[in-house]
Amino acid sequence: MRHGNRRLDVVLILGAVALTLLPWYRIDGGFYGFGWLAGFPLSTEVAPGLVQIAAHGRWWLAGVVLLLLLAGAARGMADPMRRGAALAWLGALGVLFLSLQGLAIGFSGWTWTISESLFGALSDGQPSMGAGAVLSAVVFVLLFSFGLAERGVMKGDAFVVSAISLLVFLVAVFVFYPIGSMFAGSVQDFDGSFNPDGFIRNMQDPGIWSLGCVIGGGRCGVAWRTLWLAIMTGLGSTLLGLAFALVATRTRFPYKKGLRLLTILPIITPPFVIGLALTLLFGRAGVITQGLSELFGIEPGRWLYGLTGIWIAQVLSFTPIAFLVLIGVVEGVSPSMEEASTTLRADRWRTFRRVSLPLMKPGLANAFLIGFIESMADFGNPLVLGGSHGVLSTEIFFAVVGSQNDPSRAAVLAMVLLVFTLSAFLAQRFWLSGKNFATVTGKGDSGAHIALPRGLSIGVHAIVIPWGLFTLVVYGMILVGGFVKTWGLDNSLTLDHYAKAFSISFDGSIAWTGVAWNSFWTTMEIALISAPLTAIVGLLTAYIIVRQKFTGKNVFEFALMMSFAIPGTVIGVSYIMAFNLPPLEMTGSALILIACFVFRNMPVGVRGGIAAMSQLDKSLDEASLTLRAGSFRTIRKVILPLLRPAITAALVYSFVRAITSISAVIFLVSAEYNMATSYIVGLVENGEYGVAIAYSSMLIVVMITVITGFQLLVGDRRLRRENRVAGLAPSRQEKTA
Amino acid sequence: MPDIVLSNVQKSYGAGSPNAVSDLDLHIRDGEFMCLLGPSGCGKTTTLRMIAGLENLTDGEIRVGEKIVDSPARGAFIGPEKRGMGLVFQSYALWPHLTIERNTDFGLRLRKVPKAEREARVTEVMKALDIEKYRHRYPSQLSGGQQQRVALARMLAVNPGVLLLDEPLSNLDARLRLEMRAELKRIHAAFGTTIVFVTHDQWEAMTLATSIAVMNEGRLQQLGTPNDIYDRPANRFVAEFVGSPPINILETATGHALDRAASHWLAGRLGESAGVGSVGFRPEALQIARSEAAVPGDSFRHAAEVTGILPTGGSWIIELKVDGRALFATTTECPVLKGGERVFVHARPTAMHVFDAAGLRLAGADDTLARAA
Repeated sequence: MRHGNRRLDVVLILGAVALTLLPWYRIDGGFYGFGWLAGFPLSTEVAPGLVQIAAHGRWWLAGVVLLLLLAGAARGMADPMRRGAALAWLGALGVLFLSLQGLAIGFSGWTWTISESLFGALSDGQPSMGAGAVLSAVVFVLLFSFGLAERGVMKGDAFVVSAISLLVFLVAVFVFYPIGSMFAGSVQDFDGSFNPDGFIRNMQDPGIWSLGCVIGGGRCGVAWRTLWLAIMTGLGSTLLGLAFALVATRTRFPYKKGLRLLTILPIITPPFVIGLALTLLFGRAGVITQGLSELFGIEPGRWLYGLTGIWIAQVLSFTPIAFLVLIGVVEGVSPSMEEASTTLRADRWRTFRRVSLPLMKPGLANAFLIGFIESMADFGNPLVLGGSHGVLSTEIFFAVVGSQNDPSRAAVLAMVLLVFTLSAFLAQRFWLSGKNFATVTGKGDSGAHIALPRGLSIGVHAIVIPWGLFTLVVYGMILVGGFVKTWGLDNSLTLDHYAKAFSISFDGSIAWTGVAWNSFWTTMEIALISAPLTAIVGLLTAYIIVRQKFTGKNVFEFALMMSFAIPGTVIGVSYIMAFNLPPLEMTGSALILIACFVFRNMPVGVRGGIAAMSQLDKSLDEASLTLRAGSFRTIRKVILPLLRPAITAALVYSFVRAITSISAVIFLVSAEYNMATSYIVGLVENGEYGVAIAYSSMLIVVMITVITGFQLLVGDRRLRRENRVAGLAPSRQEKTA
Repeated sequence: MPDIVLSNVQKSYGAGSPNAVSDLDLHIRDGEFMCLLGPSGCGKTTTLRMIAGLENLTDGEIRVGEKIVDSPARGAFIGPEKRGMGLVFQSYALWPHLTIERNTDFGLRLRKVPKAEREARVTEVMKALDIEKYRHRYPSQLSGGQQQRVALARMLAVNPGVLLLDEPLSNLDARLRLEMRAELKRIHAAFGTTIVFVTHDQWEAMTLATSIAVMNEGRLQQLGTPNDIYDRPANRFVAEFVGSPPINILETATGHALDRAASHWLAGRLGESAGVGSVGFRPEALQIARSEAAVPGDSFRHAAEVTGILPTGGSWIIELKVDGRALFATTTECPVLKGGERVFVHARPTAMHVFDAAGLRLAGADDTLARAA
């Protein structure tokens, strides 16, 4: 059984390439600049692995060569079981060896004292891993997978085993390694030695844990304030979301379509924009504040800057999400249940209270938890409105970038935040799973939902209409704001802000003179690169979760989903802590932004993919398998064409998220790679509201355009159902003929 | 295609859950039309999927000729794509995004068959199955029977040595089902393909198969020709599962008058210590006489009351009761009986199926009874 030989040969050749033709270590000028070709292969910086061993005293890399040579020798083994075992072991050892040597040997020799005392001091350290090292790591992962496949794991399907191994490897590197190094960093001194002082000091900091506001002495700690805000936001958005959902499904409200439009707003709105618009309305120089002060002489206050303002902004931002969740729940309550209740002589109010509402309970809890997590993770609104009353996510930011620069404080705060969000995530997953009362079944469920009781109907209208108008005003501000000279002081209309941001001049050639262009193009570039990657990783994961059975699958799925509950700020902090030093150095590059987007947005692609793939009968791919298509071909020829809507959704979502996200990005941007959102936040901090608003509304317009474009490009799933009627006619003619 | 041999096959879905298939030995010969028959959940579909390579064995081995295609003990497994077997699914599994033609030539394209040859082959198969005129349609535009034939054509196009069918006729209406049965028989004759067919419908199995493997609770109950299965059921399960209306079974150990009579009658012919647990006779072997004098001397007999006469079109089911116990007889002659009439039921010794206390066919009882007759 030598059919595994070809792929093995390819991988072994790649291993040889990694050692001989690629620079082993990271190139400062960037790999794709190809400036390294000049010094290749002899100079220390760009030499490949073999030369590093021979000429530059990096003797430890010989371990990699040895393992690859052994793998080459194992290729000749006759017994597939033993060959598989050998390859799997060599692959696993290779990955382990590479990570150990990378972690153990830093810039200037051993990073761990234990290894120094064991092997003696090193004369020279090593820089971060480069193309050669990364390629050889991938080679080892593939060797490991091929070995397992030859032993019959996953029915001997090398593609599936490799996909699983690579995904696990990537998630380990880009999710768990950063989180782990953040924890490690919190108990380390600057020189890397163990020193828990900073950790203990921060853990006991009253600024985090003080309960002063309850006992009556001063302010509460930031942890409690954040928790309180998250609970209030969760409650507020759930109640409003429910009111909107009830109006949209159970009343004769005339503008239901308009309500549905609300649901796409949070997707295309950069997270701080609401806060910004609120500032323009209620800030000290805001329209309403100024108006009230002129009309009634009310002193312009600073009430907006603090938890109240953040709360309003968050409820505005997350109500549409709650609405989206709850509209499914409210529609999911089977009309026949309500009809059964009314025929038992319950009036509308009792039916609603005793039947409909209890059935919606799990959905309400779910909406609350989503609002809770979103509020915890929200960074943009607190940054704009927080003032001195920050929440955890902004405190983390200031602990890193502010004057105090205290990484262990940032790590401690990040841990606290992580504990909160993960608890909510776990609650959602274990406590709510299986408690879904949505009663839509395969049976055609006829009947109409009963109307709301009169009092309740008036109540929800009284909530929905003002809040809807408020939302409209806020979004109106975003559109209008860009055209107003200086808010509060000079309300005349102008195009100056747009000109400043997006001016173009034609000096023979096009010159992008506007201040926004630089970050705008970077954002587009990075979003366009990361969107397809996110979709690929997400859908591949979904395929594995839905279609493959293997031990540890639940752990695999859970670990992937968990990365969704990690707030962006935590990701940001952990990335700069993990990827700033060898063995992996990526800060300041576009790569770190792309990696961050791919692994942060992937869970949504996974969810969409799982939902779509569960609808495809498994026999569709089994039929292809029995016709001699391998699983890769089956995915390409059968599954992908049937998954087009899920692909669109994953592409659009990851693209849009890459444009609008701020929390993780703000840690990772550099002068060279600045993103639109962090640039806008910079504008806000400088008080340039007009340009900031103009840029934001431009982003919204671009996103709407791109979403429409994606939709047209990928198109719908073609099942040709629409041709059915047309197809009947010719068949009849054939029969008569 | 060489023979397919399953030896001591075990399949379990995770520790703790009962085995889906246990101790299965099955030898499928080249050119055979074998039917796996059993109630739902008996492991027949799992067996088929293990043969196709869509499920791994937990233990045991499957060989195709001399080649081991799956053996956990030896760590050998050949994937479904390399086994050269065609599986037709219960749900057809036609790809909705491809036309009938593209569905059919999928396998040929994967094999990189030259275009001219490919088209010739597809046309040939489509013509044979009478779907050529739908070539450019999509699956959703075809009726169930047409889709069924496309699913068959897709597998036949690559000329697999073995055709595996998973209840392919269960979604069809009665007339189409009859047509497709004839079609399958014709394919089997024309292409000489080995066919393994899963069904829970005994008539389908009886009419199509050259041999039937009856399964229950993951175990093989009996392997034999359709006539074997019907005329010499190996145990009570097979006897009771095959045949409609079901076989009449009398347990010798109960105190019911009918059972006592049967027990006494058997003891007189087989001896007291024969170890008889139960005896069965098929409805068509149960005859009815209006007086005891009309009953042949050596037949088992008992008085009974006619409680119902159900015409089934050309034949009749007669329901009788003895002290509240129901018996069924079938006849192809129009019965002259009336409801409530007292009659004698009787059965020939050679029509008796005798089982021991464990429910297995009692070895030797057949011969003894035949000699007694």
